[in-house]
Amino acid sequence: MEVAKNRLSFSLDEADIIEGKSIEALRDRSTYPIPDQTEWLERTLNRNVLITTLDKVLNWGRHYSTWPFGSGLACCAMEMVATASSRFDMARFGMEIFRASPRQADLMIVAGTLTWKMARALRLLYDQMADPKWVLAMGACAVSGGNFAHSYSVVPGVNRVMPVDVYVPGCPPRPEALLYGFMKIHDKIEAMSIQHKAVGIPALDDRAKVVEA
Amino acid sequence: MTKAVVSEELAGKLSKSIPDAVEEITESWVVVKPQSLLQVAIHLKQSPDLAFDYLNCLTAVDYMEYMEVIYILTSMKHNHSLVLKVRCNRERPEVPSVTGLWKGADLQEREVYDLLGISFTGHPNLKRLFMWEGFEGHPLRRDYL
Ligand code: SF4
Repeated sequence: MEVAKNRLSFSLDEADIIEGKSIEALRDRSTYPIPDQTEWLERTLNRNVLITTLDKVLNWGRHYSTWPFGSGLACCAMEMVATASSRFDMARFGMEIFRASPRQADLMIVAGTLTWKMARALRLLYDQMADPKWVLAMGACAVSGGNFAHSYSVVPGVNRVMPVDVYVPGCPPRPEALLYGFMKIHDKIEAMSIQHKAVGIPALDDRAKVVEA
Repeated sequence: MTKAVVSEELAGKLSKSIPDAVEEITESWVVVKPQSLLQVAIHLKQSPDLAFDYLNCLTAVDYMEYMEVIYILTSMKHNHSLVLKVRCNRERPEVPSVTGLWKGADLQEREVYDLLGISFTGHPNLKRLFMWEGFEGHPLRRDYL
């Protein structure tokens, strides 16, 4: 069935076809991983008192209020929940407030197996987060596809669809490992400066296309 | 605990009302022919001494030579259960849909259709469930690669 463009309403069947096409378009476009953005960490800055003081204040604020957006996609989500609850207690770092909306979150914790059908939605959520934003890939599945890397439906690593800042391996990683991942995110935040624009976030070639395709 | 229905007894009852329906009986399941599946299902649900009013689960297996759809049924009234199977050929797998009898079969039949490609005739909305529209092949088939 051909679906006419420039229409405002679609039947359910047509909506399914549009969705299928956009999933396939995303899959065809994501044949290689998005390279990790690390070069800015090594960039030398010309230090001056005003900038460093401002950086310190901003980074201090960001460091202690990294609100996560929990995308619990599979079993790893249980460990993420454990990390948030009293025994491991993420609240110590000011990040216990799991936001249900990407608009209010700074850190996306991708906990679990990402399927191609979900990838489109996750990418959309990532795009909706406000800069500066961070992505933590939790577990073997999110890092590389894990057990299911060669499966018919699983994305082999979330870095196919969005840039990742910290990888936490394990199946599932223990809460301590996830906390260590948070420390690494915090280290990156500490290294930020207002001198570079939109740190850590690469300009993605076809952001818009992913959504509309 | 839920008792399993004795297959021989059930086959005896079935053959009285629907002759030639049963293909094979073992201790733990009954295999019926696809063309008489619907009749058998109606009988199982409506006859008062069987009264299978609940479909626990519906699944399917690809055995390379043929494919098998499996229905696990329970009767709330008599507290007994039954495993019913139906075999269909692999090239054009077609089995009548039981959504009319057990509403819960709807999504499960769609799942089986999606992953194994068995088409359920008479299903109200037989579309892919897990894979997206336009996906090629049926991934749980043994020869899918
Ligand atoms: S890495 Fe292991 S625990 Fe985590 S989502 Fe994958 S299979 Fe589940």
